[in-house]
Amino acid sequence: MTRKQRRLVLIGSALAVLVLAVGLVLTALKDSIVFFNSPTDVVEKQVAPGARIRLGGLVQEGSVARGDNLQVRFAVTDGRNTIPVAYQGVLPDLFREGQGVVTEGALDQTGTFKADNVLAKHDENYMPREVADRLKQQGHWKDDAGKKTGTAGKGITP
Amino acid sequence: MIPEIGHYALVLALALGIVQGCVPFYGAQRNDPVLMGMAVPTAVAQFAFIGISFAALTAAYVGSDFSVVNVFENSHSLKPLLYKISGVWGNHEGSMLLWVLILALFGALVALFGGNLPLTLKANVLSVQSWIAVAFILFILVTSNPFLRLVPAPGEGRDLNPLLQDPGLAIHPPLLYVGYVGLSISFSFAIAALIEGRIDAAWARWVRPWTLLAWIFLTLGISMGSYWAYYTLGWGGWWFWDPVENASFMPWLIATALLHSAVVMEKRNALKIWTILLAILAFSLSLIGTFLVRSGVLTSVHAFATDPTRGVFILALLVLFIGGALALFAWRAPMLKQGGLFAPVSREGALVLNNLFLITACMTVFVGTLYPLALEALTGEKISVGAPFFNATFGPLFLILLLAVPFGPLLAWKRGDLPGVAQRLMAAAGIALVVMAGTFAILWGGPVLAPLAIGIAVFVIAGAFTDLAERAAIARVPLKTSFRRAAGLPRSAWGSMLAHLGLGLTLIGIVGETQFGTERIAEMKPGQTISISGYDFHFDGMTTQQGPNYSDQVTRFTVRRGNDVVGVMEPSKRTFPSRSTTRTEAALMGRGFTQLYLSLGDLSPAGTIAVRVYHKPLVLLIWLGTIVMVIGGTLSLTDRRLRVGAPKPARGKPAMQPAE
Repeated sequence: MTRKQRRLVLIGSALAVLVLAVGLVLTALKDSIVFFNSPTDVVEKQVAPGARIRLGGLVQEGSVARGDNLQVRFAVTDGRNTIPVAYQGVLPDLFREGQGVVTEGALDQTGTFKADNVLAKHDENYMPREVADRLKQQGHWKDDAGKKTGTAGKGITP
Repeated sequence: MIPEIGHYALVLALALGIVQGCVPFYGAQRNDPVLMGMAVPTAVAQFAFIGISFAALTAAYVGSDFSVVNVFENSHSLKPLLYKISGVWGNHEGSMLLWVLILALFGALVALFGGNLPLTLKANVLSVQSWIAVAFILFILVTSNPFLRLVPAPGEGRDLNPLLQDPGLAIHPPLLYVGYVGLSISFSFAIAALIEGRIDAAWARWVRPWTLLAWIFLTLGISMGSYWAYYTLGWGGWWFWDPVENASFMPWLIATALLHSAVVMEKRNALKIWTILLAILAFSLSLIGTFLVRSGVLTSVHAFATDPTRGVFILALLVLFIGGALALFAWRAPMLKQGGLFAPVSREGALVLNNLFLITACMTVFVGTLYPLALEALTGEKISVGAPFFNATFGPLFLILLLAVPFGPLLAWKRGDLPGVAQRLMAAAGIALVVMAGTFAILWGGPVLAPLAIGIAVFVIAGAFTDLAERAAIARVPLKTSFRRAAGLPRSAWGSMLAHLGLGLTLIGIVGETQFGTERIAEMKPGQTISISGYDFHFDGMTTQQGPNYSDQVTRFTVRRGNDVVGVMEPSKRTFPSRSTTRTEAALMGRGFTQLYLSLGDLSPAGTIAVRVYHKPLVLLIWLGTIVMVIGGTLSLTDRRLRVGAPKPARGKPAMQPAE
């Protein structure tokens, strides 16, 4: 084989792998990404029942009701709109009323959000950024996470 | 007083770093040995000063000096000593300090042990290393100073996030940082080579051990992090494709590619430019990882920082270093001499294929990690790209790569004989097919991918043994001769064989856990029993215990299989009053490589508790495989060829022994 042919083989196989990867990425992006929505987005965009989304906001105070067999119902709110959520399973340690939450699932015909996953990957100083952003936008941001930087601001440089 | 010393030492390290970045570099241009010689003492002193700084912060933590903001926010006087120390890097500022400490450590190591490096190369490497250190020390001093004081000093700290109060925090971040900051050395070598416009096989011989060292720690760090998440998060997952995990996984993929291409460069003097590019890319991805984790752009447990000034600062550093390095590469790389020729079917060709797949796989991870950020920046739309995306993209690419793994080491350099190699792999393929058919029969009607993946994993393992058998000429010469040959093989040959073996083991563990694992969730009262995969868990009762800075609600379960008591598992719920948070302590029980995993959910007012039970077949192989890989890497690192380091004229090797 000449140098040119060798180079062609190399470039050819590189392109083949690349095309394969791009193909995989595009199909996967079409099928497996999930959009994040606040309760207001769900109302305004009229998210169709059955479409898989992430719903995030605050767990409404006083809304958590536990049933038999690990059934739990609560409401997710962003202050303007509230969506009822039904979930069966174990809630994360950090799940609490008044705290940020992200749930994944789909709306059913009655407008209840059937969640199959509840994420609370945050502690009380750290709210999921998506939730914090939406709450800030809508003016419901209680500057709790800001407390930390607030005290830090008082520090003086040695 | 002590924090001020720490702060001052850091400023001194910065000044030294500027000297180290300029003087030896200028010396290398002028070919002045005295100026170039400056690199060694400055590199060591820089490490010493950052060490003092780090020690000062540690002292503030150990002494619970709450007048330091950083200590106040992340420590508590009642916290056990181990967590006071590990708390130093359990926060943004401290972890950045650890980052530069390790960066300076590597600089000092090159300075001290690089005695046989050519003077100009050493001077250039150390000045590049120092530029990185200067940039990041500046970042700490300007945006993330851990030594800021608080007046008046509070009486008690806010405590460390309970999730981080775990021995895992003491082990995982330092290992990981040694890994991905260690890649800075390969980067500095690459930049130095570009500055000098000269690169040879000896260069690859110097770079490879440093890359290997970083790779070993990176592998361990990722693996320990995964195990930590597995036992601490309480839902039995060990890999989440979380952006922060990806941030450490991408440099690992590129470092793995770099290790392989450096072999080609060292042995065959080919793929030079490519190797340089990989060295730049590997550390660039470390920097991108640092940016992702430290700027707070992500939604993730690991993102402790949420301050935009930091993000912008690191972004500027990224542009400066990655952009600068790539620009230098574009300008200087064409001047480097092209290396040797090889046929597409050859060891070199196989290693190129390995690189191709590793890089493409890394690209899919990159897209999946950054696409949500880019989309949000451009359209404001928020999406999440989760495990399904990565399983559908990274998964197939990596499986194809694994299928090719056994072929590589058996192919000859320059021009290989593919049918011959295929013939030698017949036995391995046969075993793999039998196992695959067996799994398929057991799983009749189940997922098709599981038997396929198991088959590939067995093929990789059997292939690793075939490689060894071929080298030792087992069954072709008397057994005794074979043993002697096996013992006489270069350690790097054993190293690569073990690394590939480990890869296969990890894959078996992954398939076992994901495809054959079972899970049950239930609400239980004391006295009730729950069963999973033939094991019965009897809920005996619950007691409350007091820890140093938490209270523990411990439940007790007796595990039986049939009528035999297998053991007792005691998962608990820990409440930390200082942060009013609760954390679940899962209980794990090993049954060979399989584990039983028991975790708790909420306690209801009626006195029942939610229980999650998992049966995880072969799950321990996931981490055991990585340990085998690390052992392989370490063996390879102790190879005489790499320890000698200096370029020796190639001596005639014994003809029967294929060059590794």
